[in-house]
Amino acid sequence: MIEVKNIVKGFGDRIVINDVSATMEAGKCNLIIGSSGSGKTVFMKCLVGLFEPDSGQILYGGEDFTKMDDEHRKEIRKEIGMLFQGSALFDSLNVEQNVQFPLDMFTNWTHAEKRKRVNEVLDRVNLEGANKKFPSEISGGMKKRVGIARAVVLNPKYLFCDEPNSGLDPQTSLVIDKLIKDLTLEFNITTVVNTHDMNSVMEIGDKIIYMYQGCKEWEGNNKEIIFSKNQRLNDFIFASEFLKDAKDMRMLEQAGKIDNNRNMDELMK
Amino acid sequence: MKIFTEFGRYILMLKGMFSKPENTKVYWKEFMHQCSDIGIGSLGIVVIISFFMGAVSTLQTAYQLVSPVIPKSSIAQIVRDTVLLEFAPTLVCIVLAGVVGSKIASELGNMRVSEQIDALEIMGINTKTYLVLPKIVAALIVIPMLVVISAGLGIWGGRIAGTATGILSTTDFDKGLLKAFLPYNVFFAMVKAYVFSFIISSVPAFYGYYVEGGALEIGRASTKSVVVSCVLILFADYVLAALLL
Repeated sequence: MIEVKNIVKGFGDRIVINDVSATMEAGKCNLIIGSSGSGKTVFMKCLVGLFEPDSGQILYGGEDFTKMDDEHRKEIRKEIGMLFQGSALFDSLNVEQNVQFPLDMFTNWTHAEKRKRVNEVLDRVNLEGANKKFPSEISGGMKKRVGIARAVVLNPKYLFCDEPNSGLDPQTSLVIDKLIKDLTLEFNITTVVNTHDMNSVMEIGDKIIYMYQGCKEWEGNNKEIIFSKNQRLNDFIFASEFLKDAKDMRMLEQAGKIDNNRNMDELMK
Repeated sequence: MKIFTEFGRYILMLKGMFSKPENTKVYWKEFMHQCSDIGIGSLGIVVIISFFMGAVSTLQTAYQLVSPVIPKSSIAQIVRDTVLLEFAPTLVCIVLAGVVGSKIASELGNMRVSEQIDALEIMGINTKTYLVLPKIVAALIVIPMLVVISAGLGIWGGRIAGTATGILSTTDFDKGLLKAFLPYNVFFAMVKAYVFSFIISSVPAFYGYYVEGGALEIGRASTKSVVVSCVLILFADYVLAALLL
């Protein structure tokens, strides 16, 4: 579990994260959503220590990450896996070497043991047979999956995903979402996902934090979000007329006022 | 003021390099990779430059030494000292500042922009130690070797050019090479080679490591690193000559 208490982060005179507190629960997908410029990437970078918050606490298992010395931080970081927006694969290494890199760096395993683990993880993300390909030779979706494989190869306690669906088609996005969700449940990982993909919100949002202009505006889950009365959240989530109609239909359906089979007909009108 | 800020960050980067490696084997592999990249990767251009540098030195020295009083073997003597004192360490290092420096700056810049450095940081790896230190150490070992090769090839190029054009015989050239030879000149050339190697590797590493933005900024950082490295090499060349000669 990760607890965030009253985090403030600014650049110059501009406050980007303003007094945000939240709890990221273990074994759940914790989603941070918000429009571009709302501060969610900065918030995530504060969580993993790439940015130092100006004030506040970030507690990993009760220990304050912001006050740790470098050595202690290194230990915590070994328990963190992160999938970057652009995958951040090492260009000079092939898929297998990319996934094996954390094992090379932090374990004393034999070559055979490392190879076995790499193949296990690559199978898990449905990338068997892509071992020798270089990042420039694989698709965006495959890069994301290699990024996930690299992030989980050391069995991390915490998994951070920065916009895992950006640049992917809806079908591949669903595959990535399912993979993140399955891995979270399988290994009881505390997963934090930064996204503005509404499919992800509905599919994997065990816990959702909506950020607006650097502040936490709303907190709930993927069931509660449909019925939220928060205007800003509704404006963000149901930005299109189609989604607004879908929400209305869902609410009417929940209230038993319309027949489930009629939803599509109603929407088409 | 910006120059002081940049200098401060440069010093902090150098200070940050010295931490215990997470895994010596991986660091060794990276170091060897850099040695190969910097050394083998630049060998071709060093060979070509050095050979012609020596050849042209011989021809131009002969062109200027028109007096019949001056023995022809003096040409070899002048070529030897020019190549040893200036051409091999300085000219080759300026070329290497372009070849190696731009490569280091763009490699690190690309890693920064594509978040590969962030990915390493999150794994708990000290990126300054893992990415910058092997490059500097490799440069400190390999570039002086290239300077030695360059000096040898430069003199050899001069010898071939001298005999091929009939300016002086191989006997005259060899005689001049051995005349009034000061081993201190070799020491001076090596001091210059080490100082320039440090500049060639650390300055581009600094500009690449701290690049912000995208592809355009990587290009700018790469160009700036080469310009700054060349200026610093020339400045250090003057300071070392004033101090050591």
